[in-house]
Amino acid sequence: MQLLVNGENVNLNDGASVAALLQQLGYTGETFAVAVNGDFVPRATYDETTLSAGDQLDIVAPVVGG
Amino acid sequence: MTDKLKLYGKEFESRLLVGTALYPSPAVMRESVSASGAEIITLSLRRQNPEQQQGKMIWDYIQESGCQLLPNTAGCKTPKEVIALAEMSREIFATDWLKLEVIGDDYNLQPDPYGLVEAARELVKRGFRVLPYCTDDLVVCRKLLDVGCEVLMPWGSPIGTGRGLMNKYNLQTLRERLPDTPLIIDAGIGAPSQAVEAMEMGFDAVLLNTAIAKAQNPVLMAQAFKLAIESGRAARNAGLMLKRQTASPSTPTLDMPFWQQTVTAGENA
Repeated sequence: MQLLVNGENVNLNDGASVAALLQQLGYTGETFAVAVNGDFVPRATYDETTLSAGDQLDIVAPVVGG
Repeated sequence: MTDKLKLYGKEFESRLLVGTALYPSPAVMRESVSASGAEIITLSLRRQNPEQQQGKMIWDYIQESGCQLLPNTAGCKTPKEVIALAEMSREIFATDWLKLEVIGDDYNLQPDPYGLVEAARELVKRGFRVLPYCTDDLVVCRKLLDVGCEVLMPWGSPIGTGRGLMNKYNLQTLRERLPDTPLIIDAGIGAPSQAVEAMEMGFDAVLLNTAIAKAQNPVLMAQAFKLAIESGRAARNAGLMLKRQTASPSTPTLDMPFWQQTVTAGENA
């Protein structure tokens, strides 16, 4: 299935979880956070949160800010 | 005399809050924040791929800074966006503190008062300690207090303009009508003199970023703002004299030399 991750197309196995996606893309550590279709997904639920074709994900990390 | 800034049950020595953006380099940012004496710094979250290292850099700085973190929701235009970004911030930065921004106009980055109140209400329910970046409208500020904000951050002028305190009447009204609410002037401060003015008017603190980051010498400007904030606060505590219309000599007039009781030419005649 195809997803949009940070605005870019990503292919992932059907029914895969957020955890699987993060592993595929190489996200490690705890300095990022995830939203699916604009809703926050807590870190503790990455394994159980399954994705569907067309889902839009935002993966964010700290940046400078004013 | 202890004169600490109290926000959401925490006490701070410094009344200057600074942003971490727009500096010429991370090293200058670190040195400037340190020179400013700030104990509260603002940060944000943005999309990032694993190979990008800025997140790691910021993270390392956060660990060493010892500052209270104040993640913002800069760029958000709806309460839904704000809530999601706030939750992501809380997870990453491990703090309930949030600089709430809901932008209502792209041109002058003016806060959306309706969105602010709606977002603040939900965030307070979710346990956030909300510091809203708001306009200087008394009624909007009251609504924000009603929904549970304990601190307000009215703008001096639009973000990044450096125009100082644009509407002093409104700001003075806020100060007088909300005497017990911590009020932080956020945005628009371009020069230390403007920060002094805000503190003399009785605002509890000032939050700024561009004025330091875009100075020719950011570290020196950070020191200048530190001194300005301290000066303005001391002046407020000391109590300013009242302005008056007519001149009044400060040097004693009694026993002025060369003075003689004169008689007019008419009286000699």
